[in-house]
This record gives sequence, C-alpha cells and structure tokens, in this order.
Amino acid sequence: MSVQARPAIPRSWRPETKPHKFCPGCGHGLILKALGMAVDELDLQDRLIFACDIGCSLLAWDFFNIDSIHTHHGRTLPVLTGLKRVRPELIVVAYMGDGGAYAIGAQHLVNAAARNEFLTVIVANNSLYAMTGGQMAPTTLPGQKTETTPYGREVKAAGAPVLGPELVDSIAPTGAYIARGTVASMIQLKNFIKKALVHQIEGKGFSFVESLSTCPTNWRTNAAETWHFLEKEMSGYFKVGEIRQ
Amino acid sequence: MKSNLKIVLAGEGGQGVQSIAEILAEAAFAAGKQALYIPSFGVEQRGGVSLAFVQIGEEPVSAPKFATSDMVGVLSSRSVSRVRQYVAPESLLLYDSSLEEEVKKVYGPGQRSVSVPALKLAEEELHPRVFNVIILGVLLSLINFLPLERVKEALERHLGHRFAQDPVLRELNYRALDLGRQYGDVRERR
Amino acid sequence: MAERPLTGERRAFMAGNEVLAWATLAAGADVMYGYPITPQNELMHYWTRLAHRFGREFLQTEDELSAGFATIGGVLAGKKAFTATAGPGNVLMQEPLSMAEMMRLPVVVIVAQRGGPSTGTVIYSQQELNLTCFGGNGEGFRVVYSTSSHQELFEYTLKAFNIAWKYRFPTFILGDGYQSKMYEPIILFDPEERGWEMVPARPLLGLPGRPGEEREPVHLRNTFNLEEELYEVVMAAAGDYARAAADLAEYVTFRADDCELLIVAHGVVARAALAAVKILRQQGLKAGYFRPITLRPLAEKELREAAGGARLILVAESAYGQLERLIKPSLYGLEQPVHGYFRPGLGITPEEIAAEAAKILNSAGYGL
Repeated sequence: MSVQARPAIPRSWRPETKPHKFCPGCGHGLILKALGMAVDELDLQDRLIFACDIGCSLLAWDFFNIDSIHTHHGRTLPVLTGLKRVRPELIVVAYMGDGGAYAIGAQHLVNAAARNEFLTVIVANNSLYAMTGGQMAPTTLPGQKTETTPYGREVKAAGAPVLGPELVDSIAPTGAYIARGTVASMIQLKNFIKKALVHQIEGKGFSFVESLSTCPTNWRTNAAETWHFLEKEMSGYFKVGEIRQ
Repeated sequence: MKSNLKIVLAGEGGQGVQSIAEILAEAAFAAGKQALYIPSFGVEQRGGVSLAFVQIGEEPVSAPKFATSDMVGVLSSRSVSRVRQYVAPESLLLYDSSLEEEVKKVYGPGQRSVSVPALKLAEEELHPRVFNVIILGVLLSLINFLPLERVKEALERHLGHRFAQDPVLRELNYRALDLGRQYGDVRERR
Repeated sequence: MAERPLTGERRAFMAGNEVLAWATLAAGADVMYGYPITPQNELMHYWTRLAHRFGREFLQTEDELSAGFATIGGVLAGKKAFTATAGPGNVLMQEPLSMAEMMRLPVVVIVAQRGGPSTGTVIYSQQELNLTCFGGNGEGFRVVYSTSSHQELFEYTLKAFNIAWKYRFPTFILGDGYQSKMYEPIILFDPEERGWEMVPARPLLGLPGRPGEEREPVHLRNTFNLEEELYEVVMAAAGDYARAAADLAEYVTFRADDCELLIVAHGVVARAALAAVKILRQQGLKAGYFRPITLRPLAEKELREAAGGARLILVAESAYGQLERLIKPSLYGLEQPVHGYFRPGLGITPEEIAAEAAKILNSAGYGL
C-alpha cells in the first residue's frame, strides 16, 4: 500500500493553475472543489461550459480543464442562454457572486428562471462585494459593517438581505431545482451541485444552487471569527437546504 | 398627369390610408415602374392622423419623404390641416366632400382640388369600410397610367385572405374601385 | 437541413424590415435574439415566422443587454447569431458589444436609427453613428456598413456575416427608421447560387475532445491582471483592424473628379445627395458627391483625394455633425471649408441639399 503524496484534487481541475488565485480562507476554492467533484462523478469534463461572472468569480476562468468564458458583471446568464439554446447538448454552468446574481444581473436571473432555461447557476454568497473592496451586497446582513455601510447595514435605509434561492423559488416554474448549500458542509454542497447538473442533463429545467461562502479578507476576520460568521451569522439568516428537488 | 409622382394620403387610423397607399405603390411596381411607399409612424399607435407617402416614377426614387407633393388625398377632418406643409399651389388636393368647409378655410377657394363624396357613396351604395377603396379608384383615374389589372392583383394580395372568408367583400371592393374611377374621370376643377 | 429560403431571383416590393429578415435567412443566420423596439420590430416579426418555416431559432429576451449577450452566447456556440436594435436599445447594446469587440466575437447587429437623445422619436435619424462606430469603452474596432437602399440592406447583410466571421470584428448594418419602414423594389437571391462564398461559422467553445487531456482547454478572457497583458490584446486587435481596413473600406463617388462642391453624405441621405448633384449639374453648377459605405473603417485616403479636388465641402446628415466629426480627421490640413447641413432627426430632400449647395457655391463666388 502506498501513501498518497498529496491530497487528491478533482480530475477536472487544471493542475497548472494551482495553487489558485483566491485569498487564503476564501470560500471560492471550496465551491469550485465541490463543482469539480460533481463534474468528475458525472464525467462531464468534455461537454461542460464554465462561464464566470465578474467579481472574484472571474478568477476561476482557468481553474478547470474545461472550456470557459469570462462574461460581464451580471451578464453570465444571457450569454449561457444564448449558447445553450443553440447547443443543447452542452452542459453549462454559470458561476457568479451575490452582486452579479441579485443586484446588477437580477433581471437576467428573474427572467432565466421564469423561462426555466436549462442552465445551472452557482452563486457564491459571501455577504459583500469582495473584488471591489468590501462594499455592501444585496446579501449583507442587518447590522453588518462594510465599506459602504460603515456603521452597519440599516434595514430601514438599505433594505433587508436578499434571499436568492427563495426569490428563484417564487418565480421558477415546475421543474426547477433550487438549493442553498454552504462551504461548511462540503459533501452536501457537492451533492446539491450534482443534483443541479443532473437536472440540467435530464432537461428538467432551471437549476440553482447558492452556496454560503467566506471572505476573511473583507470581513477582516481571523479563522475562528470567519467560521463563526459563516456558521452562526450567515447560516442563521440564510437557511441551508434544498428548496425544490 | 406627369409620370414622376409624389403623393401624400392622410386619414384617421383605421380608415385604410396605409392600405391604399401600399396597394398603389405595389401596383406601380408590378407595372414596371419605380416606386417607394413609406408610412408615417410615431408613438401614437392609435388615434393620430395617419400619413402615407408614395412616389412613382421611371427613375429610382431618391429620398423617401419630400417637401411638397403632386397629389394630396385627405380622408378626415383632422387631416385637412395636418397635410398643409405638403400642399403647394400646383398640388392637386383630393378630399371627401364632407370636408368642403375645412378645405376652404385652410386652402382658400383657389386651390386646385377634386371633391369626391366617397363617404356618402360608400355608405349609401356599398359599405362604409370600402370608403378608402373609392378614394383609391379616384386616385387611379387621376394618375391614369396604372393598369387596373395590377391594382386588382395588389388588392388580392392584400385582401385575398379576407375575400376567401367572405366573397361578398371582393365584390364590394371591386365595385368601390370602379365607382371611384368613374368619379375621378370627371371631377377636376380649378 | 431545412429547405433553402431562396432559390433563383425573386423580385419583390417590400418593407426594409422584411428585406432584413430574408437577408439574415439567406446569409445562413441560425438564431436571432431580440427585444422589441421601434423601428426594428417588424424584422423580429418576419424572422419569427420565417425562422419557424426554415428551422432557425429566436428568443425574445428581457432587454437589450440580454439580447446582445445572448447573441454572444450564440456565436460562442458556433452559430451565426444576430440581433437588431435602435435608439435607447442601441445604448444598452453597447455593453455586450464592448465584450464582443474585446473578445473578437463575430456578432452581427442591425441598427434602425431613430431620433435621439433619450427616447427621442421612434421614427428616423442618423444620430446613432457615434454610438454604433465608437460606443463602448474601447477603440471602435468594428465594421459598420451604412446602407441606403433595400438592395443594399439585403446584400450588405449577407456580407456582414461573412465579414464578421472572416475578420472577427463585430459587424453592423446601420440602417434607419426610413429604411426599415419604407417599401421599395428589391431582388432577393440565394448568395451561393450567385457564386458568393459564404464564410462558415465555427464553435469558439465546446470543441471536440477532452480538455486538458486530448487538447488544451479554451479559456476565453476579457479581464486581465496586468496593464501589459491588456495592451498586447488591444494592440493585436489594432494591428488586425489596420491591416483589414484596406479590404473593408467601401465608398461611392459621383462626379467627384471635376467638382467645385463635394457633398458628403451617408445612408439614406446619400440618395438625396446624389439626386441633388444631378439637379445642380443640370443647373450648370459643378457638384459631386462622396458617400462612405463603411463608416468604420472609413475610406480615408479616397475621401481626402476627392475633397482635395474640390473647392468646398458640404456635409449633409440627419444628425448634428456626427458624420462631419467622423470625416474631419481625413481632411486635416486641407484648406477647403467644410459646411454642415445638419438636420438631427429630420429627413432630408434632394431639393434642400441642392438649395444649400447653390447658396454656398454662390456666396463663395463659384456660382453661375
């Protein structure tokens, strides 16, 4: 019996681009690991298109040995809609942050969901805009301090955090798959993503997975505080689980 | 009548101004002429005055719209002043007889014109919906160089599907066309 | 393979929007993504009916951003995809077009110019020249055909798909509300029957083979980390554009070789300009005309030569100097005064241009 020299990485990952470009403690690497495992298990590497939004998600452009495209901030869903409609044999994944999904690209999310487009959408919810330096996002928690809510998000002035999967649930017709996972529960997250992909493969409809994620850089938290914010604060507000199977 | 014609037609939405303009231009094209038709269009889908611009000639038509026209057809009260900018002293103004008062008021007694009781004829002898086709008939007789057959073919292309549902409609349209043509043969006054 | 949309020659009398639907079909367009806006709507109406008959696709998106980005998705998939827009829709369309320009994506966009700024009118103008040529946060590496007749709408639309897929620059048919809505004679034909070589589309993503094992993955970027990385990408595009410019630039002249006044106009106004030159020549006034067919790239050398041979220049346009600004760099250093006949959002007749030209010639002492 031989001892493995290093931890196994998903086969669909691109080793040449590892270590990846995300900050230490960032949740993106974990979500992309869950996606990579799901892709491996379904053997989708040669028919998957990975499209990333703008924001930290764009740093995933060369993460996989999978054909990929950078789009614009919030515009990943229309690009994939246009692609999938004329190449239905391809399996497409939109990878974006909460700003791209629920703010600047909200009209595309609402309409792609309403049309039940055969897309898989993975949204990293880290409760703020990370790449631009820690501003308030649609998902910033009440009282949470960000660069644009330095005294904490006041719901009265800045609104309540957007519940993405619940929003999609209120719009998407029968056939959609909707779940919220977390990087604190990797096997569950991988299973949600896998089910979303299977949903698309089987042509059932729109599939949507939000994953709670971490941003110690902009949260300005140490490891223990990061874990606490994810597991207590975020999970308290954003309920983890499958919303529609 | 000269062979390079500029025509403006104006009426209320629903009066069929655009239909007769398109039929006229299409018939001219089918007769081997150069032709261009453009409707006026704005943000008012309904309720505005509807204007149609038609040019027929031997040479390819240059600009789609023009300053003044050779013939101006007016089908409704509001259209009388709406077409003012296209009416030159030498333009021939064709209008429904019911508009006599307004036409006099806007253009004075000296305007070259033809008055046609198209609305009355349509109501009394045919059907109000073929009012526009009577006007088309008058225009044809004034233009005088478009073969009737080409016009009938264009009518068929536009209304054939309705004629198929209701053959009486074909009969009505053809009679309206004839009535207009007969009328136009006589009625030019100075 | 579905039935061919056109065989032989078909003489017809139809609206420009219908011509465009036939043209995109005949060009082999696979899909249209669109959003309603006047005056291009009937193009979508004709396309949805014809697409159904000839096995092509259509999606009405939630806005022009989505229409433009979906068109990008279509070309990435390896399909001939296009969209059509106007006015405020063209403003929104600039975001996806900026991506297409950066990533050299062969999208084809039909613009039916309407009055602006803002919602303006739904009718007509030539006020989308700046936006169509140079919209977006880039350098304007685009090919823009300004058509002036239905025959040109048809033929340049066929050509636009070829140019887009051959040179990989976003390619535009810059029409207007008049051209979209007017009816005039046209001869429709199948380009391949006429011996045109149609450039095939090919997938840019989703290629055969397992990425990373049987081939390298395709990773398409529009975001770069370093100034130098971006600089290289933009300079490569600039080089390609400059090299292609000589092949791409198209123009027409009439009596420009012996004129005292050169009238410069594009699009539907060029028809009036041509007619004005004929009127002026009949009056014994020496007018000529230069019409750029491509606004990007512009036939700069030929324009300069034509302008250099005249004494006066008159630019006529249904905008407030957008064409004038476009051509002025080509005239740099010439002494000929440039007059503008600017009618933003208004149609222009031959008589108006002729009168303006005669006035300019007379006041400069070149009249009769």
